[in-house]
Amino acid sequence: MSVILAAVATLGAIGAGSAGILYLVSQKFKVEEDPRIQEVQDALPAANCGGCGFPGCAAFAAACVHAESLEGLNCPVGGQETMDRVAAILGQTASKTTKKIAVVRCSGSCEERPRQNLYDGASRCSIAAALYGGDTGCSFGCLGLGDCVDACTFDAIHMNPETMLPEVDEDKCTACGACVKACPKDIIELRKQGPRSRRIYVSCVNEDKGGVARKACNVACIGCSKCQQVCPFDAITMENNLAYIIDDKCRLCRKCAPVCPTNSILEINFPPRKETPPAAKEKEVPITA
Amino acid sequence: MEQKLIVSPSPHIHSGDTIQKNMVAVLIALIPAFLVALYTFRLDALLITALSVLFCVGFEYLIVRFVMKKEPTIPDGSAIITGVLLAFNVPAGLPVWILALGCLFAIGVVKLSFGGLGNNIFNPAIAGRIFLLISFPAQMTSWPATAIADTATDAVSSATVLGLLKQSPEALEALPLQQMFLGLEPGSLGEMSAAALLLGLIFLLWKKVITWHIPVTILGTVALFTGILFLIDPLPQYNPLIHLFSGGLMLGAIFMATDYVTSPLTKKGMIIYGVGIGFVTVAIRLWGAYPEGISFAILLMNAFTPLINSYTTPKRFGEVVKNG
Amino acid sequence: MLKSFRIGGIHPQENKLSAGMAIQPVAVPEQVVLPLLQHIGAPCQPVVRKGDKVKVGSLIGKSVGFVSAQIHSSVSGTVLKIDKAMDASGYKRDAVFIKVEEDAWEEQIDRSDELVTECSLTPKEILDRIAAAGIVGMGGATFPTHVKLTPPPGTKAELLIINGVECEPYLTSDHQLMMEKSDEILVGITLVMSVLNVQRAIIGIENNKKDAVSLFTKKVAAYPGIEVQPLKVQYPQGSEKQLIDALTGRQVPSGALPISVGAVVQNVGTLFAIYEAVQKNKPLVERVVTVTGKEVQRPCNLRARIGTPLTKLIDAAGGLPENTGKVISGGPMMGKALASVDIPVTKGTSGILMLPTPEAKRKAMNDCIRCGKCVQVCPMGLNPTLLMTLTEYEVWERAEKNAITDCIECGSCSYTCPAYRPLLDYIRLGKSKVNGIIRARKN
Repeated sequence: MSVILAAVATLGAIGAGSAGILYLVSQKFKVEEDPRIQEVQDALPAANCGGCGFPGCAAFAAACVHAESLEGLNCPVGGQETMDRVAAILGQTASKTTKKIAVVRCSGSCEERPRQNLYDGASRCSIAAALYGGDTGCSFGCLGLGDCVDACTFDAIHMNPETMLPEVDEDKCTACGACVKACPKDIIELRKQGPRSRRIYVSCVNEDKGGVARKACNVACIGCSKCQQVCPFDAITMENNLAYIIDDKCRLCRKCAPVCPTNSILEINFPPRKETPPAAKEKEVPITA
Repeated sequence: MEQKLIVSPSPHIHSGDTIQKNMVAVLIALIPAFLVALYTFRLDALLITALSVLFCVGFEYLIVRFVMKKEPTIPDGSAIITGVLLAFNVPAGLPVWILALGCLFAIGVVKLSFGGLGNNIFNPAIAGRIFLLISFPAQMTSWPATAIADTATDAVSSATVLGLLKQSPEALEALPLQQMFLGLEPGSLGEMSAAALLLGLIFLLWKKVITWHIPVTILGTVALFTGILFLIDPLPQYNPLIHLFSGGLMLGAIFMATDYVTSPLTKKGMIIYGVGIGFVTVAIRLWGAYPEGISFAILLMNAFTPLINSYTTPKRFGEVVKNG
Repeated sequence: MLKSFRIGGIHPQENKLSAGMAIQPVAVPEQVVLPLLQHIGAPCQPVVRKGDKVKVGSLIGKSVGFVSAQIHSSVSGTVLKIDKAMDASGYKRDAVFIKVEEDAWEEQIDRSDELVTECSLTPKEILDRIAAAGIVGMGGATFPTHVKLTPPPGTKAELLIINGVECEPYLTSDHQLMMEKSDEILVGITLVMSVLNVQRAIIGIENNKKDAVSLFTKKVAAYPGIEVQPLKVQYPQGSEKQLIDALTGRQVPSGALPISVGAVVQNVGTLFAIYEAVQKNKPLVERVVTVTGKEVQRPCNLRARIGTPLTKLIDAAGGLPENTGKVISGGPMMGKALASVDIPVTKGTSGILMLPTPEAKRKAMNDCIRCGKCVQVCPMGLNPTLLMTLTEYEVWERAEKNAITDCIECGSCSYTCPAYRPLLDYIRLGKSKVNGIIRARKN
């Protein structure tokens, strides 16, 4: 019994002594930190994705606290709601942000864009892209090796095994931009999520001339500029044989998609069209060569 | 063109070397030692080796297939080697259930729980042996007398040379060096004959499966260290020849310490690693509680391998000679 | 003991199937495609337009900037168009398409086979002719030669090294060229020696070309200052840094150019092109190409006009074998696998190698077993397995510290790896990323 008591007493004394030392040291070397940083950090989603441009949520929190205004500071994961909360903590106003989402601008599935050679190197888009134009006739499109999937920390992007194209999970995507950076072909773009998740975009990045692009892929943008002519809001630009819909100008009128001869303009989350699209769509495939 | 071309980055040809080929070469190199074991322990040697291989391969298959749910990795042959080496590290006549436990530990805990071949920190066979030695010291050190020496009496326990050195060095008046070299003194299954193991070393060096750095530095360090002691004080326990030819030193230095996965990558690192193993082995043999120290030495240096790897860089081109 | 470089190295099967095959000219095709980027550096500016008539040797692409090389028409005919065409990179790049009519050459070109040894030009004039002829490194690197022959300010060349190693398996174009054009090459050497103002030149030849070694040993007696040195058959003996090490015992420091140890290395093919440019006024319009492969009917060495479709050369060797899995431009160690054979011969096409499917397909990769064989064979003394892992996990600082940028992409590591790990695939990626980071830091 006395042995046990002696042991308890000794260990207790050592413990108390150590605790005392620790306390004194922590008092002496205390680092004064703005308590709001912790508060802000608690309000953040703690994803540490780096989508804000800072290395992790703690750094972003510190940046928010030290910044004069919240202009330009945005947490893409938490969105407006989180930024409003951060603003409330800091007694400032958050800049207005629009919810964005990653969009894969390539529809060249195995069926639409037949493989012309077999890639047999290390399974990374970045390695294949440095080697050559890719295993299809299109040297701009998706390589299908999934660098974007590896880069996503939110499990929001996956390869569709049938099309061999990545697909973004709208519910999980936080627009952190990791996949945009990972893609060596610059196919993925952050676009406005749009009202009720509705959006229209050109799902192609091929800059080849129409004939070449069309030969490589059935759903390539051939640069015919029909969409540009039909757009009532000047929202479509043509550059390098490629149409591009400007997010901020597009009013989702849906006039462009039906005129596209190759169906390279995608409409997401819209109700199905009532009237059948103009007959012109089916026929002639104009090629600007 | 009807046929699609394959495109990949260079190089487009390969030496044809495979993991499997290396493993097979190691197995071939182990044949002489196995023949000696077969000669001395007869059926026991065959039984223990066969069972050990069976257990190791079996456990690997079951764990990879049903626990890790991956493609079975048996064809690489590493489990067979672990089985053989573990068998070579136990006394003939070890109860089968103990052997099975050793195999399970070696394969399941030491190798596969780290992710399988290439990812383990410790050599599975060494760790298995040490696990058994600590758990079942009595069974692991009851050496059956060799079949040639004592065919009539079914003697169970005779001391090894190293054991004798530890307990009563004076008993070893006449050194059985020749017997030790050929493998007629008691010991674990595969460590009997230094000659047979050296034959294996020559084969491995010839086939370029290993380089000389590790085995030679281990043996050299042991010889040098004990040799210096022997010069100062010529006691039998300091005799370098005894140390070289006794116990598991040869087996360890040639087959266990050279395990690719758990030894350093660079030549510099290999030499540091070999010297470390040599020193620790002698230290344990002379001043430790165990008569034999090679397994502990290898295990210890296995733990240091990542550190050695990060501190030894290969000699870079253009780094040393500039205008020589 | 034959001389060799001191760190690492491998010895793949040589497979020099086309050795000893005399260089045969390939028929001029009906149409050539001349990419405007056939060298390392800036692409050329086209100076012809659709419908223009050109002759063999007419300038069609003017170099822009210093690191660039002129491009000349290799045929006579009419410019069809300037359009995108696929080249060995697998990307579509600007190229001049010429429809062949007759075979008219520019007047100033001396087309005779007569050897011209005398040269009355000043070093500066020789250099200008080399630049005007659009000569690039013919070993496959395609670095503009006039740039290489202009040592940066503050440096001085002491020694010219001639690369007759041809350490790549299968390839024999340099070997055959050495056998057939030894005198021209030697005159080329004297020209370059006068440009660089060096008194000494060493020709390094791998010892599997004993006939070339003895031929040159015999002939250099007439050329003071030129030596021949047989070298051990070891890959990558023909790599610039390794060759300098083998011949002089000097190692080019990390990140430095060969000129830092006073050496300039030129390939034998380049020297022949220099001879033709300076003594015969002939720009670089054709080159020797080895067409080979184990299943190829007639492995051979061909002289082809730049811009000739590869298919013409393959047909000349007996056609594409049935089970061809891979077609490589260059050798099997450092060559480029082609996505399509519908591309033209360019200045850098040293060989066309057709590998049968079983050999072409890579085997599945295993986990690294840390055997260290890649470390043993790396000729630059790097740790390939570590560099691959660092690239995989994008640890660029450590990759830089471990000298990833020193990698010469020889492929010895991937060739050796018993676990079939694509070491070089990753290291190449890591190297370009780290180089990008270093460049960004400088700016």
